[in-house]
Amino acid sequence: MEQQEKKCILKVENLHVHYITEEEEVCAVNGISFELNEGDSIGLVGETGAGKTTTAMAIMQLVPDPPGVITEGEIYFKGKNMIMNSEKENQKIRGNGISMIFQDPMTALNPTMTVGDQLIEVLQRHNSVSREEAKKRCMEVLEMVGVKAERFNDYPHQFSGGMKQRVVITMALLCNPDLLIADEPTTALDVTIQAQVLDIMMDLKKKFNMGLIMITHDLGVVAETCDRVAIVYAGEIIESGTVEEVYLNPRHPYTKGLFDSIPKLDEDSVKLMPIDGMPPNMAEPPSGCYFHPRCKYCREICRKQSPAMEGESHRFKCFFPLGDPETEKGGADA
Amino acid sequence: MSTMLEVIGLKKYFNVANGGLLHAVDNVSFKIEKGETLGIVGESGCGKSTLGRTILRLHEPTAGKVIFDGMDIVSFSKEEMRQMRKEMQIIFQDPYASLNPRFTISQIIEEPLKLHNYYKTAAERRTRVEELMELTGLSHRMYNMYPHEFDGGRRQRVVIARTLALNPKFIICDEPVSALDVSVQAQIINLMMELQEQLGLTYVFISHDMSVIKHISTNIGVMYLGQMIEKASKKEIFKNPLHPYTIALLSAIPSVNIREKKEKIILKGEIGSPVNPKPGCRFAPRCPFATDMCRSETPEFKEVKPDHFVACHRTEEIINGTLSFAKKL
Repeated sequence: MEQQEKKCILKVENLHVHYITEEEEVCAVNGISFELNEGDSIGLVGETGAGKTTTAMAIMQLVPDPPGVITEGEIYFKGKNMIMNSEKENQKIRGNGISMIFQDPMTALNPTMTVGDQLIEVLQRHNSVSREEAKKRCMEVLEMVGVKAERFNDYPHQFSGGMKQRVVITMALLCNPDLLIADEPTTALDVTIQAQVLDIMMDLKKKFNMGLIMITHDLGVVAETCDRVAIVYAGEIIESGTVEEVYLNPRHPYTKGLFDSIPKLDEDSVKLMPIDGMPPNMAEPPSGCYFHPRCKYCREICRKQSPAMEGESHRFKCFFPLGDPETEKGGADA
Repeated sequence: MSTMLEVIGLKKYFNVANGGLLHAVDNVSFKIEKGETLGIVGESGCGKSTLGRTILRLHEPTAGKVIFDGMDIVSFSKEEMRQMRKEMQIIFQDPYASLNPRFTISQIIEEPLKLHNYYKTAAERRTRVEELMELTGLSHRMYNMYPHEFDGGRRQRVVIARTLALNPKFIICDEPVSALDVSVQAQIINLMMELQEQLGLTYVFISHDMSVIKHISTNIGVMYLGQMIEKASKKEIFKNPLHPYTIALLSAIPSVNIREKKEKIILKGEIGSPVNPKPGCRFAPRCPFATDMCRSETPEFKEVKPDHFVACHRTEEIINGTLSFAKKL
């Protein structure tokens, strides 16, 4: 690696995104902050509706408006605030500086164009290259992700799911982005195909020294692809740290609950310990800590006040983190 | 223990465009004992769900026998089958699509009781519905609520309550927790295991999620492109997988255990097409050990160790260790 310190390419500060309709205001993202250095990777993990995808869309400045509104916060990409940028400036960044891979490869491609034409379109939009040069470059990248160049003139429906996702990855990587946001990139794929696709992604990330935000509900995928992890609940990061810190020593009761809910492969079956209840309706967020209605350590203060994020590298947002002697005494409700 | 269900040489082919024949389920045979759970894993499109539906004759089998409790139900008439369905039920994957939005929860659970004339009076039915709701962890105040007021986990509880209404012995669970978030998924898995113990149910549990399958199953069957390629007890499959596909599949599951990083086997190539498949092992194009014989002759699904079935030409070499991924890669 280079001698100088890694540059910070993305800084998200106190991001709030609300979806506002006539009937209600849903607080999807409530003060998310994190940083990412070049070449590093962070996993955003959470359940459906936790605000992971909304965060990604906000970074790309693609939150559908209406009803989505960024009510507060800053997003700095290489020092420039995406929120203050003009739409034209952001269009240049999208695809070129930041790329995104969506969950469902079937809907991310245009069914009426050959994949080759779609790839060339992306490349020519951001670079002034001739069609011939563009074609050459596209074929190179296609080969890199394991799609034969002879499939250049095929239509998306002629590809299998895994192959389509490779085309989508090709498209995301064409312009050598500094940051790749992958939103559940392998959720629609089968396990052995998932392994193939993740392998390719990690290879390319290294090759191009790309930053990576991996959005997923699968703690296993994060363990295999990321340096750092942030657990998202009800639009907040409730715990973050290196993968080792969070996986080996989860401090927030929700994080622990997530680990206890997944069946383990290397242990004999023990009864699963699900988290009671379900995620809150964010049109009417609970008072205090958003997790308190489901938390078995909940006490008076948790109902009234929202805890602050504490810690240095390993941070968590809880008044009574696991492992504290005070917590083990049990909550008022226990 | 006695046998609940035996499937012999079951086939289900579908006609597709251009005269093709899609071999969705091809010559599958296995047995399930009473009270056990057979987990069926495989990648999407490998015929897991079609197998489940063909066993219940929701698809008419192209060939083969399904022997349920000693009777070959493939030869049953429509009315006989209707009576039989009380005993055998199915839970589908998507709890958003399997409940009628215009019925209340109680009406949904009551429906099978009405269809099969289980009780004479509405009061008796009501008692039974309340009993079922309690059994599946639904509170009484939900009696007159509609499905749209429920989240995925509660909906799946309603589906389970309806499934249990007629006291079935045998339930096919087709990816019942795949649409749910992990914390809710764990609640439903626990519920299903409790019910099995309480009511002595036999399950076929279909899933693509190996960790869920491992948690719930007694025996595991692995499918690939319409065929069952390996079946053994859960312990045996995880300790001594013999089919190269099973070995690769197990190694490819992303694990949360970061203390022990295991070596992943990355297969090359894509899953083939089940339309007019050529003879030969269907996994051969992706298999690093494939020989000319693998590409021309379909391997037989046979018992290589007690209760361990494999369909592979090179099993012996894998058992005695002359073939292994470690040597190959």
